[in-house]
Amino acid sequence: MLQRVSTFLYLRPRMVLWLMLGPPLAYMFVVYLGSLINLLVYSFFYLEEFTGLVVREFSLRTYLESVNIANREIILRTSTMAAAVTLADALIAFPLAYYIAKFASPRLKTWLIISVTIPLWSSYLVRVYAWKLILAKEGILSWFVDLLHLSPLLDWLLRLPGIGGSSLSLSPLGMFVVFTYIWLPYMIIPIQTALERVPASLIEASSDLGAHPGQTFRTVILPLAFPGVVAGSIFTFSLTLGDFIVPLSLGNSKFFIGQAVYSYQGTGGNIPLAAAMTMGPVVIMILYLLIAKRLGAFDAL
Amino acid sequence: MRSNSAPGSSASLGVKLGALGAFLFLNVPILIIFLYTLTPDETTYTFPLPGITFKWFGVAVQRADLWRALILSIQVASVATAVALILGTLAAAAVYRSSFFGREAVSFLLVLPIALPGIVTGIALRSALGTFDFPFSFWTIVIGHATFCVVVVYNNILARFRRMQGSQIEASMDLGANSFQTFRFVVLPNIATALFAGGMLAFALSFDEVIVTTFTAGQQSTLPIWIFSQLVRPRDRPVTNVVATIVILITFFPIFFAQKLTAGTSDTQGETK
Amino acid sequence: MNTLLSGAGVHSGNCEIMTNITAPALQFDQVSKYFGEVRAVDQADLDIRDGEFFSMLGPSGSGKTTCLRMIAGFERPTSGRILLHGQDVSSLPPYERNVNTVFQDYALFPHMNVEENIAYGLMVKQVPKAERLKRVEEMLELVRLAGFAKRKPSQLSGGQRQRVALARALINHPKVLLLDEPLGALDLKLRQQMQVELKALQQRVGITFIFVTHDQEEALTMSDRIALFNLGRIEQTGTPAEIYEHPATSFVAGFVGTSNLVTGDVAKRITGQEIIFSIRPEKIHLADLEAGVPQDSHSVDGVVRDVVYLGLYTRYLVELEGGGDLVVVEQNLKTTSMDVLKVKGKKVRLHWKKEHVREVGN
Repeated sequence: MLQRVSTFLYLRPRMVLWLMLGPPLAYMFVVYLGSLINLLVYSFFYLEEFTGLVVREFSLRTYLESVNIANREIILRTSTMAAAVTLADALIAFPLAYYIAKFASPRLKTWLIISVTIPLWSSYLVRVYAWKLILAKEGILSWFVDLLHLSPLLDWLLRLPGIGGSSLSLSPLGMFVVFTYIWLPYMIIPIQTALERVPASLIEASSDLGAHPGQTFRTVILPLAFPGVVAGSIFTFSLTLGDFIVPLSLGNSKFFIGQAVYSYQGTGGNIPLAAAMTMGPVVIMILYLLIAKRLGAFDAL
Repeated sequence: MRSNSAPGSSASLGVKLGALGAFLFLNVPILIIFLYTLTPDETTYTFPLPGITFKWFGVAVQRADLWRALILSIQVASVATAVALILGTLAAAAVYRSSFFGREAVSFLLVLPIALPGIVTGIALRSALGTFDFPFSFWTIVIGHATFCVVVVYNNILARFRRMQGSQIEASMDLGANSFQTFRFVVLPNIATALFAGGMLAFALSFDEVIVTTFTAGQQSTLPIWIFSQLVRPRDRPVTNVVATIVILITFFPIFFAQKLTAGTSDTQGETK
Repeated sequence: MNTLLSGAGVHSGNCEIMTNITAPALQFDQVSKYFGEVRAVDQADLDIRDGEFFSMLGPSGSGKTTCLRMIAGFERPTSGRILLHGQDVSSLPPYERNVNTVFQDYALFPHMNVEENIAYGLMVKQVPKAERLKRVEEMLELVRLAGFAKRKPSQLSGGQRQRVALARALINHPKVLLLDEPLGALDLKLRQQMQVELKALQQRVGITFIFVTHDQEEALTMSDRIALFNLGRIEQTGTPAEIYEHPATSFVAGFVGTSNLVTGDVAKRITGQEIIFSIRPEKIHLADLEAGVPQDSHSVDGVVRDVVYLGLYTRYLVELEGGGDLVVVEQNLKTTSMDVLKVKGKKVRLHWKKEHVREVGN
């Protein structure tokens, strides 16, 4: 019986292909793409102000609203944060990525890669929570700062408008640290991958030609690692743009995009506006993925 | 001078310190949570800890709401993993065995849910549920999780298929095994560890997912949702520490083993090259 | 031509001939295979006799491997029929054909030991375990691997893996055994040893072997008959001697052995006719200018441009007067490397018997 079924299928490879591809594609098309398209459609609807009901008519009103002055401020604030986080991550990630790619022994390397990938996959929320403990007013960081007699410096930082707050755990400065921490693995992995591809002979050649290690680094390693930095940047930038957990946990009353979206769809009931505001990150990521695909860097994702 | 920059030599002090710093920054904060499970202080996060107590583990065990959340999380993760294993394996097998128009597009579609910020998937699913008046349930959480778990299984299985030595499938059929026997005796043993690794990763990913879940759970509370509510409005600080520790432990081991499994196979492949 | 002859046989009503004709082990009837626009195999006709050691020879991409895969059942012909002992198997899956394959990369199952690998075909056919073990034992004896039953493929050498692959195929008593460049991965010495072993094995088990290779020497030494493939077509089918000595086309002449192809004015000057001909390097004699030319021979003068001493024999490149050059091979029966190298730059006279000249098409 099975033999007959097997033969029937073997002689119809196209049919087998569709039998295998059908369920996952159907799932992704109906559930995922369907929802995304629904979201896109919603972004062209608008909320009737008096009734608070969604008007199902095509309109660009919601998009205009999404860039009104209040929202523009949110967008600017979030983008500034995302840029700062990206820069910090690139700076912190580089030495570790460089060390893993070029200096670590094979054994150490395996362990280091595991230690970087585990936080990439897991415990996002718990890792945010860890910083709530660390940054608390009476927490471990304050204690440490106190130990170094740097409390005045911290107080001064927290009094700065724009980045300060009542404590580190309720300030943009604190959020910056947490974002940097949370997305760091997303920066390390692409840089490390890019550096792995730099042939050792190239570094040898450079030093052979009389370059100092510093010169080799600047003229050979840095330019070749740059694609990795770009790849990592897209992640850190986009992830910061869309996040709402960190601002809700550590922020003050000043909104970030993710947070705004979250409250528009939740308490505000304004799904069209929430939809319109997520389209920015969506477009950025899809463009990036298309470029990455064109460059053939897709399998490494 | 030359030995300084030759490969395999030791890094400069600056690189070493930078690497060490980044490594500590990445890994120490998690350990702080373990420490705080022992604090007797119920209302603040005072450091140094004012004392040491193990009572919070006992308190956490008594909490019915935690047990409900834990069980819901495990159920969701198990079902989402099962769905992901089936769909991911099917997609990987299809992409591996035949070249067809739009093969690249399949990878692209599958990777989208983890590449786009979670809030996009979340709000998209939420608005779709709203559009069709679909009530929140266990299954709405599972559906949300499965969308981003499929790609994890898919990537693992596809990578394994591509590493499969030689023409084993053809050899099996040549020796008289039909398609089902070939799957049972040749394909399955070859992809077993990849299935395991992919399943583990999917489970961990689903178990502590919070962003998509907040949009698809309605009033239900998974363990991460429970923690999230504590993050925004801390009420049970010491118990939260215990719960966070449990989440870390439950997600750490599957991911660790999955990583070791996949790292191990790529190592041996490197040797034979 | 063949069909004409057999047609004549039928017309004469000679029933004895009819009954004596047993179906060939394998028959290709106008088989073509297209991959999209690419014609991998183009209207191939083949008859392979029972018990024959048959080689498919040709450069890579010539269609020989596609033919093998169609016999095994991994590919289906776009048109035409494949007959196995008279039965049309064109649309049977591989597991319903009594044909087995030794793969180029052996394709041993890495998760099974040698015994399990060899018993695989019996296992899926649910042969009882006791009989399976007994037959595995016999097979291990046959391929001289007794005592290796519990090893994993990764613990075997290349030659040993090859024998496991052979045993795994032969245990099923196939009507035809397909071998896809099975010696390609082995080093020269092992390869030569395996050539002898394979041939001996084939004669012992009496199974039809179809052997795919791009190595003409391998094909010439092992085969009963050879089909030479080029660009998806079969250029010539015949015994090694036929193919070597009577190449049907210039491609065959060029591919099998080194052959000198002489065309145009040079050919006309030598033979006095407007023809294209080939002459094998070892048939040409190298002589002094004063030497006489034997009867029924062609001759031409030239200058030795290059000498390569190859131990048993020496290869000369001779530039002919009036353009063109010929490769000449002479055995080093009495000469040393010092002697032959001195010839370089000298004027020489080449001659060969007319009977060794092969006129070739196009």
